Amino acid sequence: MLYREAGQYKSSYAADMAIFPILQDRIGVAVILLVAFIGLPLVANNFLLNSVLIPFLIFALAAIGLNLLTGYTGLLSLGTAGFMGVGAYACLKLTTYFPQVNIVVWILASGFFSAAVGFLFGLPSLRIKGFYLAVATLAAQFFLEWCFIRIPWLYNNSASGAIDVPLRTLFGIPITGPTATPVTRYLVVLSIVVVMTVAASNLVHGRIGRMWMAVRDMDLAAELIGIRLLRVKLLAFAVSSFYCGVAGAMMVFLWYGGAEADVFAIDQSFLILFMVIIGGLGTLIGSFFGAALIYILPIALRALPNAFGLPIRPAAAEQLTFVIVGALIIVFLVLEPNGLARLWQIAKQKLRVWPFPY
Amino acid sequence: MRQREPAQTKGETAMRLKHLALGLAVATAFSAAGITAHAEDGLYVPFFTYRTGPFAGSGIPIANGLVDYMTMLNERDGGIGGVKVIVEECETGYDTKKGVECYDAVKGKNPVVITPYSTGITLQVIPKAAVDKVPVFSFAYGLSPSADGNQFPWIFNAPATYWDGASVFIRHVADVEGGFDKLKGKKIGLVHLDAPYGKEPIPLLQALAQDYGFELKLYPVPAAQMQNQSSLWLDVRRDRPDWIFVQGFGAMNPTAIKEAVKIGFPMNKLVGGWWAGGDDDARPSGADAKGYSSLDVNGVGADYPVVQDIVKYVIDKGKSQVASKDKAGENLYNRGVLNSAIIAEAIRTAQKLTGKKIVNGEDVRRGFENLNITAERWKELGMDGFAAPIHLTCADHNGHAGISLVEWDGTKWHTSVPSIQPIKDKVMPLIQSTADDYVKANAGWPKRTEPCDKPS
Repeated sequence: MLYREAGQYKSSYAADMAIFPILQDRIGVAVILLVAFIGLPLVANNFLLNSVLIPFLIFALAAIGLNLLTGYTGLLSLGTAGFMGVGAYACLKLTTYFPQVNIVVWILASGFFSAAVGFLFGLPSLRIKGFYLAVATLAAQFFLEWCFIRIPWLYNNSASGAIDVPLRTLFGIPITGPTATPVTRYLVVLSIVVVMTVAASNLVHGRIGRMWMAVRDMDLAAELIGIRLLRVKLLAFAVSSFYCGVAGAMMVFLWYGGAEADVFAIDQSFLILFMVIIGGLGTLIGSFFGAALIYILPIALRALPNAFGLPIRPAAAEQLTFVIVGALIIVFLVLEPNGLARLWQIAKQKLRVWPFPY
Repeated sequence: MRQREPAQTKGETAMRLKHLALGLAVATAFSAAGITAHAEDGLYVPFFTYRTGPFAGSGIPIANGLVDYMTMLNERDGGIGGVKVIVEECETGYDTKKGVECYDAVKGKNPVVITPYSTGITLQVIPKAAVDKVPVFSFAYGLSPSADGNQFPWIFNAPATYWDGASVFIRHVADVEGGFDKLKGKKIGLVHLDAPYGKEPIPLLQALAQDYGFELKLYPVPAAQMQNQSSLWLDVRRDRPDWIFVQGFGAMNPTAIKEAVKIGFPMNKLVGGWWAGGDDDARPSGADAKGYSSLDVNGVGADYPVVQDIVKYVIDKGKSQVASKDKAGENLYNRGVLNSAIIAEAIRTAQKLTGKKIVNGEDVRRGFENLNITAERWKELGMDGFAAPIHLTCADHNGHAGISLVEWDGTKWHTSVPSIQPIKDKVMPLIQSTADDYVKANAGWPKRTEPCDKPS
């Protein structure tokens, strides 16, 4: 009823091509950003910020990264966790050698190291396709994980063999290390994620994104219309790894505050791949939906029995959560193989013609 | 309709956030409901346990031991010092992510002590403990340098570090071979998990190898290859080490023992660290593993009065999660019991120190620093000979207690050597230097401000 664009006239191509052409969408985004930046920090408790929102945003960013590669360019990768690890370790080394430079700069810069590694492992993508490429990226995952364990220089030769996050400040307020409050860390994560999401949105709606999608839909045809496959594919690998690297650096510095190499194990790669598939391949919003479904839903489910005072033991609740989330994934994929993003789009479409759907 | 479609696919970013907010609202409701404070009427002791996931085999007996001992105190004595213990388990699945979530969930409920039960989770929690004023008790696991109380006032890792364990192994080898001078020219292998935990004994063993003139051979097992070690044991057969120490965990242990049996390695020369001493680690090899021994920090078997009390007050009344009564007394079950017993004793000490009945995290930290469990005290607790005396101080948060050796007789463990002392003069300098390194690497590490109680 409220959600329809009757009376909103576009008088220029730019207005018609806008990412949010409908006024209601723009209002919605503004409200959500307002809630995320001002509302939530005011009302949310530490558990919600630290164990729900921060990881959700970080996973969403990693999912966007993988989505650029798998969803937009059609290249299946299982090396996501490895690329995230490169970001995390690069950030540690950078901030160790140059502690005077702000940590936020290094978190973003560590993405470039990840991009370089992604570029290298993307080289075979011209010749290898589909599942075979997935296996090739699996090699990246194992090789990188091996490096994280075996090269003590990477973790500054620390006795624990883990990344120890030092205290770093932004405008005098600690944002990493144990004294950083969840609210400040949340705001830093949110800002980075919002900025990078906008960047990704511009990327995929522009020339580069179109090239990626052309390669995804049919690479032979793309080549025939003059797209240079190797460059485009490598660019996709580099940009995707950049996003993953930043997500990995944020994960260790702004969420965990210290990590062993095993947080970048293969199951993390799968987790993010599932987020992308369930959220919707080739959509940015799907990355957020996927991260919410895979990460937040189990937490909510675990809290459910407690909330209703049911005497379920935590281990049983855990098993039950596995079952329910697994079943839900199947249900969602059967209902809509194109992911939650497609469901959302259908819902919007229905709303637009409401109350006379056809 | 047609020209609107591209616009629509582009409207997605807008909607993402809308849905996000909805999800968050739901999550808020759940998490708010999930966290209900109830610390006023008892001592809140949360345990992070892993009854699910790839390591559940060791996690279940430990979790049962931890919880059953506290339940027994509640049933038999009405708690600690007359105050009920509120036990809560938080399931981690041995996953660091969930461990951090557990920490955030329990933090607000004024826990008197945190039991992370995973090295990865311990590492996350160490820097936060000082800020949140919650003591962390990582029982013979975690970060070895955190034994230094001057740098880590909130972390306790009694009764022994992995370095103590490795040094005890070397002392045991020397005892069997007939003296430290007999170690010269010997080949000693370390089969270890290729992860920070598994690699921890390496620096100490290297130092000892230099001092005593034995050769150290390393056999790393990648975490993904825990159940596929045949090629590694081919190397072992080629090198023919005289002794092998297994610093393994989870599925790696039974596999290592099986492979050792397969290549005919003498079982009495195979020694496991204390996390390689589960009943389920040796059982798959059965009688073939007879003679395999494992370091241990706790007594095995159900003959101790404390285990009998648990059977009587908890298991027989159906208040335990153990599958059957004979699980009580298993090695890892008893380890859980010992872990809880030390916590209970620290709480008791804190109650004595402060004169309060309901103590908080800060009091229990002091309790740990003044912990002194003598052999007589163990006897009073119904744990005569169950564990070595533990004495902690402000500077020493570990105690470096004597470590026993248990041997597998084909069906169960029994203690073969009651107590071997760690080579302290080798371990202590290493702890000191690594603790200093840790603090140096963590710029802004807080200086210890907590005052030290006068020893009573």
